[in-house]
Amino acid sequence: MKNIRNFCIIAHIDHGKSTLADRLLQHTKTISDRDLKAQVLDDMDLERERGITIKSKAIQMEYHTQGETYFLNLIDTPGHVDFSYEVSRSIAACEGALLIVDASQGIQAQTISNLYLAIENDLEIIPILNKMDLPSAMPEEVKDQIVDLIGCKREDIIPASGKTGMGIEEILQAIIHRVSSPQGDESAPLQALIFDSVFNPFRGVIAYYRVLNGVIRKGDKVKFMATNSTYDADEVGVLKLELSPRNEIKAGDVGYIVSGIKSAREVKVGDTITHVSRPCSDAIKGFEEVKPMVFAGIYPVDTEDFEELRNSMEKLQLNDASLTWEPEASAALGFGFRCGFLGMLHMEIIQERLEREFKMTVITTVPNVSYIAFTKKGETLIVNNPSELPDSTKLEYVEEPFIKAQIITKSEFLGGVMTLCIQKRGILKGQHYLTQDRVELTFEMPLAEIVFDFYDKLKTISKGYASFDYHPLEYRQSDLVKLDILLNAEQVDALSALIHRNNAYEFGKKMCEKLKELIPRQQFEIPIQAAIGAKIIARETIKALRKDVTAKCYGGDISRKRKLLEKQKEGKKRMRQVGSVEIPQQAFLAVLKLD
Amino acid sequence: MSALYLHIPFCRRACYYCDFHFSTSQQTRQDVLRAMLQELIMRSHEITSPIQSIYLGGGTPSLLEYNELMMIFDQIFLLQNVLQDAEITIEVNPDDLNRDKLKQVRNSPVNRFSIGVQSFHDDDLKYMHRIHSARDAEYAIKGAQDNGFDNISVDLIYGIPTLTHEGWINNIQKLISFDVPHISAYALTVEQHTPLFHLIKRKKLNAPLDASIIRQFNNIAQILPSAGYEHYEISNFAKTGFRSRHNSSYWQGKAYVGIGPSAHSFDGKNTRRWNVSNNIRYIKGLQGESEWFETEYLSKENKLLEWVMTSLRCAEGIRRESADKFGPGQFDKFINNATQMSSHWFNADADVLRLTPSGMLMCDYITLQLLN
Repeated sequence: MKNIRNFCIIAHIDHGKSTLADRLLQHTKTISDRDLKAQVLDDMDLERERGITIKSKAIQMEYHTQGETYFLNLIDTPGHVDFSYEVSRSIAACEGALLIVDASQGIQAQTISNLYLAIENDLEIIPILNKMDLPSAMPEEVKDQIVDLIGCKREDIIPASGKTGMGIEEILQAIIHRVSSPQGDESAPLQALIFDSVFNPFRGVIAYYRVLNGVIRKGDKVKFMATNSTYDADEVGVLKLELSPRNEIKAGDVGYIVSGIKSAREVKVGDTITHVSRPCSDAIKGFEEVKPMVFAGIYPVDTEDFEELRNSMEKLQLNDASLTWEPEASAALGFGFRCGFLGMLHMEIIQERLEREFKMTVITTVPNVSYIAFTKKGETLIVNNPSELPDSTKLEYVEEPFIKAQIITKSEFLGGVMTLCIQKRGILKGQHYLTQDRVELTFEMPLAEIVFDFYDKLKTISKGYASFDYHPLEYRQSDLVKLDILLNAEQVDALSALIHRNNAYEFGKKMCEKLKELIPRQQFEIPIQAAIGAKIIARETIKALRKDVTAKCYGGDISRKRKLLEKQKEGKKRMRQVGSVEIPQQAFLAVLKLD
Repeated sequence: MSALYLHIPFCRRACYYCDFHFSTSQQTRQDVLRAMLQELIMRSHEITSPIQSIYLGGGTPSLLEYNELMMIFDQIFLLQNVLQDAEITIEVNPDDLNRDKLKQVRNSPVNRFSIGVQSFHDDDLKYMHRIHSARDAEYAIKGAQDNGFDNISVDLIYGIPTLTHEGWINNIQKLISFDVPHISAYALTVEQHTPLFHLIKRKKLNAPLDASIIRQFNNIAQILPSAGYEHYEISNFAKTGFRSRHNSSYWQGKAYVGIGPSAHSFDGKNTRRWNVSNNIRYIKGLQGESEWFETEYLSKENKLLEWVMTSLRCAEGIRRESADKFGPGQFDKFINNATQMSSHWFNADADVLRLTPSGMLMCDYITLQLLN
């Protein structure tokens, strides 16, 4: 145990975590230079393109120094706010953390909140100043920020570059000398923390864990305490570049278990593995059921593909337990699913995975949060879809989830960011200067406001120099109204939204304007109306189409004209019919594109 | 019966709206023409029936010298059986049609002119960056007629932002008074990759307005038929006996062979091919150095779409017996889809689906709706 080190990496997106991790693997010969595909730790295509790690992974390195062999378990963590619970479990499995900060950009909000998590878990923090090779690096200034933040010595900060390999040996030495070896009792009953799992189509779900106490052996009968299910440990082992089977994994070490589990839902991050015959008395603290925060409808573009979509969703759920869904029907969109996501990024990822891995093109409706409606009869209803909100005559009041938002930005953008947050119904709770020109703002605001175009606006206002993180607070009562959209006098359920009463008029007006832009002219005039109950609050009109013809000379080039029509036909196929009006897909996301 | 098209990819000046293939440099002219003679030989086996129409388009075929023109015709007549009464058209620019040119053409097999007048107003010609003047246009028509060419087609363009309502009516009336037997009228269309597109984007020129295009189309669709012209295709009007045989073969799905850079060919069944739109690559291709054409095989759906698309544009419309060749009940399906649309767009008839002028303005939309 004394030669084991368990550590994770805390970094903001794009601060070079994956490249630096690759360098560590390369330096310890865990992978050969030849095998080194850029950024080994992110192995889904999607992740590589987005440059963020979606699912955490772990890998064991062997490091030979001063006549000793050390086993270094690197536990990779996702760098996005949607996955903060997963991060917290990874942190709980480690004794140390590399804090990677981009020398040209400084500390970001996401880094801070994960850093605090690591500090709370008593992890030894090794600060690293990455991307030192960049001409725009400002090491002294960023060092100041780091010293301020974690109270370390300036000389403890390791300058490094994932690109040139600078600082890699120092980092490995720091891991050995500064991070403590794991504590644990091999003779105690088994207690292992699941911090991640992956789905393998041939072997089922493979769970990754850190053994706190006891030993897990091949063939053991084990129990997952939160789900209360038992399994046979068909195979246990350590995580090299590939799975590397072992007879046993002892306290302090990180490993995997294969036990023929079919669905990711059975393996919950944060759960405790113990023996059936000699169980530990307590589960490891900190387990939480992951709850979806954002909801949206997902519908097949072609209504006939509903069953195929269902199959795809089922398969997706096999390796993504945080995705929830149930069938729903919409008058505008037909049959589809109301899905729950951890956040906006998670939603985008699911949408893209459906397209890439399952070749499903889908229509995603405007995302919303989960509301609680209290009726006059005293009932309490959970509303995950605005169109399900009870009629205003029966409604006593509505509660919506609030969050605590932390934003770090440059002081020159402070005014703009504040205005945005206040527009979004935020309540300023704190303002704290990290350095002279970097300020941290804390707001309480409705979650619903950040699922609509908040990130994009924040980015624009701050010219990209703002980072954002949030944590859920409680539900609070709000004066919300249901705003409906009518096209040619027919209500389009998929376009209804719950809006704060004060913003409803402005919102309705903008929706009508946007829809006028997005819905193509058709053979008749189409009125677009926004309504609260029976009251129309805004109206626009799409004029009838009177000309749609190629009246130019095109000679013998019939192909080109045919292809143009074929393209239009493809576009038409993706449209939805509501009453007599054809609506393009983008219109269902109109809300996200207002001003 | 076969149709032969020859693309002469050279112009003296670029019209802003044009998205056909052409070059304003004459450097490759000799080599392109030589390659075209070569292509005529290589593809002579594709023409298996007598030629009933030859069409020299471009570009600006009227800038060819007499010997260049005759080189092409000699080659064609050497290789092919051209019908005695074949329609042989050359596209001409008004400024090219001087006395010498007319005399030369009279000594060639050409028997039909297609004159690119576009407008009789200098403002419009300037907007489009045409090389000729309004006066050139009138002289060209008169000159052709004085030299015995009766079979004349004139191109007009409407929707030009500088073209007023009166100006447009005036253009139409002028052609009627010249007794020009064939008129093609095209809407000014802003295609990407044209100077017009960029000039409009940079706000250097005004964009054509839909409202003007609609009104001016309705004007011509009303005036010409009452002056004895048949509106036989969306953009084409002809006096009896003067329909363009060559262009009709495009619309009727007949075979045609296109020679020269960017020229398109169709075997009348299921193969379309087109030559590369680049003079150098065309020349090299014909010397065997690289690929110089692309081929496309049409599926059943492709063919149905093309057929509906072209038939709807023509006065003959969609006929039951032709539609049902694509499958039993096809015509009834069309009728069924047509009844979902505005009745103002169709001329009712149990066995033919034909468009009214307001339907013609919606032709692309209707084509897709019918195939729904």
